[in-house]
Amino acid sequence: MSKLYSGAEIVFKCLEDQDVEFIFGYPGGAVLPIYDELKNHSSIKHILVRHEQGAGHAAEGYARSSGKPGVVLVTSGPGATNVVTALTDAYMDSVPLVCISGQVPTHLIGTDAFQECDTTGITRPCTKHNWLVKDIKDLSKILHEAFRVATTGRPGPVLVDIPKDIQFAKINYSKPKTEKKLNGKSLNHFSQNDINKLIDLMNKSKKPIFYSGGGVINSGPEASESLRELVQLTGFPITSTLQGLGAYPGDDNQFLGMLGMHGTYEANNAMHDCDLLINVGARFDDRITGKIDEFSPNSKKVHIDIDPSSINKIIKVDLALVGDVNNVIKSINKTLKSKKIDLKKSNKQKISKWWEQIQKWRTKNSLNFKNSDTNIKPQHAVQRLYELTKNKDTFITTEVGQHQMWAAQHYKFNKPNRWMTSGGLGTMGYGLPAAVGVQIAHPKKLVIDIAGEASVLMTMQEMSTAVQYNLPIKIFILNNQYMGMVRQWQELLHEKNYSESYSEALPDFIKLAEAYGCKGIMADKPSDLDEKIKEMVQYDGPVIFDCRVDPNENCFPMIPSGKPHNQMILGPSEKEENKITGKGKALV
Amino acid sequence: MANPKSAYSVSTKKEKTDTHIIVVWVDNEAGVLARVVGLFSGRGYNIESLAVAEVDAKKNISRITIVTTGTPQVIDQIKLQLKKLVPVHKVADFKRNDKGVIFKEMALFKVVGNTNKIKKAISACKKYNAVILDKTKKSNVIQITALRREIDKMTKNLKKFGLVSVSRTGAVAMTRGDKIFN
Repeated sequence: MSKLYSGAEIVFKCLEDQDVEFIFGYPGGAVLPIYDELKNHSSIKHILVRHEQGAGHAAEGYARSSGKPGVVLVTSGPGATNVVTALTDAYMDSVPLVCISGQVPTHLIGTDAFQECDTTGITRPCTKHNWLVKDIKDLSKILHEAFRVATTGRPGPVLVDIPKDIQFAKINYSKPKTEKKLNGKSLNHFSQNDINKLIDLMNKSKKPIFYSGGGVINSGPEASESLRELVQLTGFPITSTLQGLGAYPGDDNQFLGMLGMHGTYEANNAMHDCDLLINVGARFDDRITGKIDEFSPNSKKVHIDIDPSSINKIIKVDLALVGDVNNVIKSINKTLKSKKIDLKKSNKQKISKWWEQIQKWRTKNSLNFKNSDTNIKPQHAVQRLYELTKNKDTFITTEVGQHQMWAAQHYKFNKPNRWMTSGGLGTMGYGLPAAVGVQIAHPKKLVIDIAGEASVLMTMQEMSTAVQYNLPIKIFILNNQYMGMVRQWQELLHEKNYSESYSEALPDFIKLAEAYGCKGIMADKPSDLDEKIKEMVQYDGPVIFDCRVDPNENCFPMIPSGKPHNQMILGPSEKEENKITGKGKALV
Repeated sequence: MANPKSAYSVSTKKEKTDTHIIVVWVDNEAGVLARVVGLFSGRGYNIESLAVAEVDAKKNISRITIVTTGTPQVIDQIKLQLKKLVPVHKVADFKRNDKGVIFKEMALFKVVGNTNKIKKAISACKKYNAVILDKTKKSNVIQITALRREIDKMTKNLKKFGLVSVSRTGAVAMTRGDKIFN
């Protein structure tokens, strides 16, 4: 008879067979058998966080920067409810997470036992799928299935709820049969005919544009390579969503910058005026489209996405290619090359006028801002941070708000998986724990959380985690003493009634850093900034950098609510003539 | 509602909504109905009626029939979102006015009154495959199978004949002829 393993042992057997190296978690009564087993599995390292939400975001940072699924281990009740925000965040941004939660023993389920909650019920709408393991026989099958669901198709979070008695129960374990690799083929529903149709559209187009998204990142680094090849083969301009940054080099001339609410003038106008829009792995999010009725009114629209439910969800498209982004782009590139279609040459005349128009938009220099000698402008701070770190392979995470948009606008990414931000859910407090996860995946790399002082306080406790594991993350806080984006909206929409958006009693971040056992740096003069950033980068250990910036700066350019892409506000000087009207207010 | 012509609301185009019958084959496991129903409530789709039961005990398959209304775009989304659920095997969709498909609902009526009234109630039900399930001197329980609107009409009409209680199912559907859903 083969050896019997406890449920807790089987959990680790499965994790080992899935090549899991790190678990982000927090112990508690209902997962103690699993924690007891941890010591016997040296290939798996547990990272103890300070709050389960931190575990979830750290696992997201780990997953997004490494391409591997993040694994989270939490206890029942509050452990599970605390991780809900991170699961929802991962669901919105398609990040593969496997969350294992403890549950009260089977016979106590439904009795309002201590630390009991309906975990599968609570997490049902924020996971791709979840399981309550009621029988030890199902445990290994469910765990392997959980990894499969999280990582295939459009990735996302899953949760496996394991009652304590199941963790003690014994059964034998056999390694799962290695599934035949389908190379994503089962997910590809496009034909050569579709590819030919697309090439025909590209051939005819006079004003084409690529609009790439997080799907390119999720498809793996190879997809970014394919995308670069495609963009170069065609000579078309390309813009990117917030999540897609890095898939195409941010400093390349064909790149128009980010599009959407705080995107560049040239990207948004090109989206509005184009005659062919090719969406590569993005989902027509409302922060991207602006006013739906006037979204890119004169274009043929093509949508490449792995998730069939993304097609025609918001914007009706003329041609849909359902499949893995990398597979689709490779087919396009192959066809272009085999048919010897040189779009760059044949289209040159047609497109050159388009590029002239784009150059005109570019001269608006929409990311411009008035710099100052006395105050540090937040945009300037991000620009200096970029200039002083661009020669390293730097990983950037962010919190949510103005600083996030400034980071997206002014930090240029040249590689995929270097940019971790909460886009869909917009979770303040994401960046710090995400930086922990990124640093775990890339111990030798420079990891910076570009943060706001309000966001970072939401998950500040994870500094303790960074110190415990010697993770030299840099928390670069653009401190304007306000919830900046809230203040900006209040200025533009609510007659400058800054209701509750000012932080009265901020901590002394240097002392806070020291209390955690890391280094604190403060800068409030533009002349000191470079020196202090260098000091931060060179310090071998975690740093909290309190960068005191101009509290009144707003994030521009901007598409005001209720307006289409071609009606952007450019900056303080243009603001007056473009006031948001009463009706637009309710719609933010 | 503020100006619907905005970046943050749905399209202003008021498309026509249609009633559709969505049939879903699912693994008969714990929570599967909650997943399907939760998808509808979470995404703001509406459910007019719902019928669910296991149809294949060996393969452990349940069949869920949902009557819903929506624009063509919403109906497409409902189907595509349902297909993404792990325990869902297949999804079929019919317009309510599809001549190739039979839709039926069942209703139980309790009529209390004198023999004369009960007689009248039974005769009113006759064209809807009426079956008498229970009979006393003062009361009758009548079962009918019919379309939704016919049952609606009957619940109104039977009031004057002493209808005191109504219980009814959601619609179930099946194709006519030798065709099967796929």
